[in-house]
Amino acid sequence: MVLKAGPEVAVAVTERPGFWLFVLMVVLVSPWAKAATLPEDNVDLLYHRYEGGGMTIDGPSVLVRKNVGAQWSVSGQYYVDSVSAASVDVLATASEYTEERTEVTAGVDYLYERSILSLGYTNSSENDYEANTVYFSVSQEFFGGMSTITLGYANGWDEVGQRGNDSFEEEADRRNYQFGLSQVVTANSLVGLDFEVVTDEGFLQNPYRQNRYLDGSDRGYGYQAERYPETRTSYSLAARALYYLPYRASIRAEYRYFSDTWGIDSHTYELAYVHALNPRWSLEGKARFYDQDQADFYSDLYAFENSQTHLARDKEMSSFSGITLGGGLVYEWKQTSLPGISRLQASLLVDWLDFDYDNFRDVTASGNFAPGEEPLYSFDAFVTRASLILEY
Amino acid sequence: MFRFLKIALPATAIVLALLATSGCSNIEPWVKPYERDKLADPVMSLSRHGKASSYMHHVYQSRESSRGSEGGSGGGCGCN
Repeated sequence: MVLKAGPEVAVAVTERPGFWLFVLMVVLVSPWAKAATLPEDNVDLLYHRYEGGGMTIDGPSVLVRKNVGAQWSVSGQYYVDSVSAASVDVLATASEYTEERTEVTAGVDYLYERSILSLGYTNSSENDYEANTVYFSVSQEFFGGMSTITLGYANGWDEVGQRGNDSFEEEADRRNYQFGLSQVVTANSLVGLDFEVVTDEGFLQNPYRQNRYLDGSDRGYGYQAERYPETRTSYSLAARALYYLPYRASIRAEYRYFSDTWGIDSHTYELAYVHALNPRWSLEGKARFYDQDQADFYSDLYAFENSQTHLARDKEMSSFSGITLGGGLVYEWKQTSLPGISRLQASLLVDWLDFDYDNFRDVTASGNFAPGEEPLYSFDAFVTRASLILEY
Repeated sequence: MFRFLKIALPATAIVLALLATSGCSNIEPWVKPYERDKLADPVMSLSRHGKASSYMHHVYQSRESSRGSEGGSGGGCGCN
């Protein structure tokens, strides 16, 4: 069955990618591959804060992982986003709000023969959105541990609500198909390749966001609700390389290409450097550049109401570019003298993000502008992460 | 692109199956386990920061249309 090829197989792939992932997984879970090991027992504590563009989002994340016997590892994570929102999208047609999103994940990893099979469930809950995801992956080392292949599948089903409108109830479903390869190239270098297909179906727009169109009023334009297509399929392909320098430091380069059926293409480039100051302390820095084209149906200002089947003025659907500059300080203590703790890692990471939009205009800008003549929007933000990982 | 998918998924399965049936003993690891101390160094880890790394993926996914292939899973240097 695996070796069968022909037109019917090609049809089966697009219609049943899950079947082929299953075939790949069966092939992977075979006795010729190299042994794998379960993750270490650990507690991963994180405080995260995002501040910029009128948004402040912060909260904790706690993950606990514990091995049960020689073959099982179970984990649980609790994550919170406390949101205070007064972004340009909110202020254009509504007023500032606060809300909280909580996310709970339970997972189990199973070491079977020479594979690690992972299964997990995540629930994300906020007052107007409920998201559920089940994921499954299999990871395997080959060729004396020089290659690692990971295949993953996730299925998500969301319930979309709207504050102040109890009768509003929509659904969105999502499937992810993932392939990952990590390859040792030399004693100093690693490369990785990732490929992922994501399909969505259902209510995919934001129920609060609106698009604007010329209407001849005093202001010059009116607003109407967004209308996205009800299906979307995207694929992304990423390549990364990691090189150990002649001294204790590494350099990492990444590139990702993204494309979807809404006409959005993007390129992401990232360069990172990690420098060990001594056995315990290290510094790191990174630069990331992102560039995307707009969705086919996007417009900052439509010529008239209902001028297209699909209407979007989300700035995430526009053409824009973004830069991230980040830095961090990491303290790592192996074989600690702390009771019950075998390894400790504490990190403080700060990133600065800057986004410049090519065709999304700031309707909240002060001044008297003709419709479509407002200044282009841009914003920056700081992301702070304080992380403590304890292995026990 | 989706034409590419039609070929890529079965091709990967076929290549892996062929490797499985023919045995991979002919392919010798050219970086021996005792030569992987640098690869095992935390400065060479793609997932060193655990959940702090996946948080950044969430930050970008909320503000950009792109998604996927973040490299959050997998990785590994064969250092076990």
